[in-house]
Amino acid sequence: MQRIGVFVCWCGTNIAATVDVEAVAEALSHEPGVVYSTNYQYMCSQAGQDMIRDAIREYQLGGIVICSCSPRMHETTFRKTAERAGLNPYMVEIANIREQCSWIHKDKATGTEKAIILGRAAIAKVHLNAPLIAGESPVTKRALVIGGGIAGIQTALDIADAGFPVDIVEKKPTIGGKMAQIDKTFPTLDCAACILTPKMVDAAQNENIRILSYSEVESVKGFVGNFHVTIRRKARYVKEDVCTGCGLCTEKCPQKKVPNEFNLGLDNRRAIYIPFAQAVPKVATIDPGYCTMLKTGKCGVCAKVCTAGAIDYKQQDTFLEEEYGAIVVATGFNPIKLDRYEEYAYAQSPDVVTSLEFERLMNAAGPTGGTLLRPSDGQHPHTLVFVQCVGSRETRDCGKPYCSKICCMYTAKHAMLCREKYPDTEVYVFYIDVRTPGKNFDEFYRRAVEEYGVHYIKGMVGKVIPEGGKLKVQAADLLSNEQLHIDADMVILAAAIEPDESARSLATMLTASMDTNDFFTEAHPKLRPVESPTAGIFLSGVCQGPKDIPETVAQAGAAASKVIGLLVKDKLTCNPCVAEADELMCNGCSSCEKVCPYGAITYQDKEFRGPNRTTLLRRVAQVNPAVCQGCGACTVACPSGAMDLKGFSTSQIMAEVDAICK
Amino acid sequence: MQVTNEFKPTIVAFCCNWCSYAGADLSGTNRLSYPANVKIIRVPCSCRVNPMFILRAFQRGADGVILCGCHPGDCHYTTGNYYTRRRMTLLFSMLDYLGIEKERTRVEWVSAAEGAKFAATMNEFVETVTKLGENKRLEDLRCKN
Amino acid sequence: MQELIKAKAIELLESGAVDRVLGWKAGEFFYDLTPAVFTSAAEVERDFVYSVFSGANFSKYLIAESRKEGKVAAFLKPCDTYSFNQLLKEHRIWRDRVHVVGIACDGMCDIDKIRAAGARGVTAVERDGETLRISTLYGERTMAKADAEAERCVHCKSRKLVAYDEKLGEDGEVIADSGRFDQVAQLEAMTPDERYAFWRGELSRCIRCNACRDVCPACSCEKCVFDNPKSGIAQKAAANSFEESLFHIIRAFHVASRCTDCGECSRVCPQKIPLHLLNRKFIKDIDELYGDYQAGADLETKPPLMAFTTDDCEPSVVYERGGKQG
Repeated sequence: MQRIGVFVCWCGTNIAATVDVEAVAEALSHEPGVVYSTNYQYMCSQAGQDMIRDAIREYQLGGIVICSCSPRMHETTFRKTAERAGLNPYMVEIANIREQCSWIHKDKATGTEKAIILGRAAIAKVHLNAPLIAGESPVTKRALVIGGGIAGIQTALDIADAGFPVDIVEKKPTIGGKMAQIDKTFPTLDCAACILTPKMVDAAQNENIRILSYSEVESVKGFVGNFHVTIRRKARYVKEDVCTGCGLCTEKCPQKKVPNEFNLGLDNRRAIYIPFAQAVPKVATIDPGYCTMLKTGKCGVCAKVCTAGAIDYKQQDTFLEEEYGAIVVATGFNPIKLDRYEEYAYAQSPDVVTSLEFERLMNAAGPTGGTLLRPSDGQHPHTLVFVQCVGSRETRDCGKPYCSKICCMYTAKHAMLCREKYPDTEVYVFYIDVRTPGKNFDEFYRRAVEEYGVHYIKGMVGKVIPEGGKLKVQAADLLSNEQLHIDADMVILAAAIEPDESARSLATMLTASMDTNDFFTEAHPKLRPVESPTAGIFLSGVCQGPKDIPETVAQAGAAASKVIGLLVKDKLTCNPCVAEADELMCNGCSSCEKVCPYGAITYQDKEFRGPNRTTLLRRVAQVNPAVCQGCGACTVACPSGAMDLKGFSTSQIMAEVDAICK
Repeated sequence: MQVTNEFKPTIVAFCCNWCSYAGADLSGTNRLSYPANVKIIRVPCSCRVNPMFILRAFQRGADGVILCGCHPGDCHYTTGNYYTRRRMTLLFSMLDYLGIEKERTRVEWVSAAEGAKFAATMNEFVETVTKLGENKRLEDLRCKN
Repeated sequence: MQELIKAKAIELLESGAVDRVLGWKAGEFFYDLTPAVFTSAAEVERDFVYSVFSGANFSKYLIAESRKEGKVAAFLKPCDTYSFNQLLKEHRIWRDRVHVVGIACDGMCDIDKIRAAGARGVTAVERDGETLRISTLYGERTMAKADAEAERCVHCKSRKLVAYDEKLGEDGEVIADSGRFDQVAQLEAMTPDERYAFWRGELSRCIRCNACRDVCPACSCEKCVFDNPKSGIAQKAAANSFEESLFHIIRAFHVASRCTDCGECSRVCPQKIPLHLLNRKFIKDIDELYGDYQAGADLETKPPLMAFTTDDCEPSVVYERGGKQG
């Protein structure tokens, strides 16, 4: 039997007010194996920890039970204390008598009684604890960044600057992401391209960065420090290392009717294309859905005009197998589809546009060359109505319950730019609330109202009816409590943003968790905002939640610093609470392997001694302790009970059950 | 069955470390009270809970057993609670088939942010089990002291 | 059929194709056929019996037999082949050391049914087409074979051989309307109190002889949890009602989604506890909640308890459906 020490913490009055700590320490001193039991004001303080250390030495304790706050709070603290006193850190158990006892019970007798039972359960468990030694695993000193928008670019640049190689995987033919499509940025109104494109070039020229554009992550195996990733390099039918980006092919291609996704379909491009002038890599890509040569075998114009000989119609997807130590998710966002918002006539009228489409219509490199023209007839619009919160803060199915955060500011920007460039326009903004927290944000919004004369109206637009070349907007002004009818030339919808559609399947591959809106979950919402709960996976940009460019860049840098902190280590300590198969009892039936989410279980044919000096060859399970994360799914799938989980073993949990039910 | 005010059921709650245990902590942090007869056992994931543990609890005199895990889709280990969901559905169905009061067993998904849900769930579960009275159909009389 | 099978056994042994043959021989009573290993033609000639009482499922024996030197032949009926497949899926049988002779089967008989029909002092039962000729101490009598069929054969799920190297006779098809869940459905329709009374009545007769476990092809663990002191539930005697229930619940759960419904557990139970009704409950639930699944039908499909879909029903489905309330 272990020699057990019990330490009851008062937590000031947090515990002591509703739990009689002395009575608890007294009662637990009579439990089997308990040779020392005491209580103290703050066990986690230096003095408290010293007390534990001294008791371990003086009473030769083989296991300790701390009755205190949640193990989620101080388990690590007390494990370190035990280790300093020469006790294996896994010989420590915590009885949670604060969050799960003193804080929820007002009656002292009740609280004390429960605290004693919780203490007993912990004592019963610690008797069955075994010393565990954490293993080590090596770290591959390379990082993978998934997504090549501003978040991915910034993360990659910061990691590369620290001297570690980084690969950026971007599914589009160029990096740049959404920021490349934006015209001006709030609240400074500087040109997005002017600040983004130099960063794209930096990334391309950084010798630690490799850009894998037009590529997707196919599968991810392994674990922190040792990820094995398969990357699909989609066939672009153009040799990336040969193409000079001269663009001749994109002018000569006879297939002219391909909707240009960079301009959100507001104009057309060719079947062979370079998304925009500053694309990185500046390499042409053939769109197999539209290329006549690929579809019918007849054309070949681009191959004829290409002096470099870069066109290769026979190119196939190739697969790259790479090893990484850390993975950063920077998959970004898209505006939601507005098909289901019939009231705004988005599908009926080309003059009802999303804000991102409006960015392109204002952009000098956009379909109209920067002159604001109505998409329907190319005329200059005079009355513009902006509608905010389209799909954001929405309780209906088709919308999103969250605030998309960036819309208030970009709408103010759009309104201001309109009024500045075209003083003959009337601009209305319909809003639920105007949310402008951020440096110089509220000042920016006030300038739109006060200096630029934008009409801000609190209320929502009920209906937009296209009629006689106008858009009849019916809306309510909630402050003056009247119905408004505006004949608008254009309506601009601030569509909610949602995570990129690739995020969910990527999360499954990475075993990273997501919230119900498909945003990646942080390891801790406040204290570990750029890490995923899955070790070695980091989050950068909007994939974690809506945010603007400065916030994204800040988070990208934070994610990079976490990655660097991981990659500088030569070895990682593994969680020793992993599954273990008892070979003598294992049937080799593969039940455990089928439920393991990490692929941590393999099988081996092993010789065992049989009766009468015979040898038996049996198939038995083996757990890779560096891969196993210790969930325990296998322990229940195993019919023979051969699989057990260290630290949460069957006998330990049974002992707790017994102690509680006694 | 005569229900007296004195009867205080013994409830064992298995909580996964990442969501529900944190949810229970949060209900403590927010001082959201639930009866003291609920005792929590921390497991790494709801999928660690073997049907044997549940039967063992009943054997030793538990009157109700509740299992809490992350919401489906949010499991820290990605898929653990999906297995839990199938296993417990079948186990509970079997207990019901054997004529054991099905209200004594329950699975709830409680996230780390749902302190209020945790407390409400426990209050409601204790109330249900209190109404049912003592577990007589699945206890081991030898374990009575 | 007996002659066909014996000839096949002799042929396999004499040609050297196999070293051993797994078959049936007479036990203490003529209806009590026992599994046996035959190593020579002479043994087969002398002892091999195949009759309407050859119910024993040999698939489980192949775990140990296939680990021995040489090759073993086994005669498997359609239901046995499902168990065989399931064990292959679990990597328990070394396939290349087994020669499976699939034998067509249209149902085995149950001596108790013959006795229940009024036959006393039965000394022999001969099958003659669809009739059984029964010799008793008090003279000869006959009864329809269909009336003497074992319960599990009346509700046979499949007459199809799903795994074999060669087959004798023509096997049949999967029987969709076997009615094997009728009794489960009847129980489900009862009130909880009635169900409790029913199961208490049945399970309280358990003597924990472990026959059900020992015969079950899915219960083939190297070491059973009930024999393992570390498991926390090891025990031998069914000392009280809890242990009777615990043993059978855990056993049914451990074989859930692996049980092929071969019915051996109920066949061997000396107390005649309808144990198959526990396994069938799981099978019925799995079919209803997660889609039809037959363990052992193939080697690839994941057992439903080792699989999931993201939109599976919640455990609360149990509160919401079926059965009268107590």
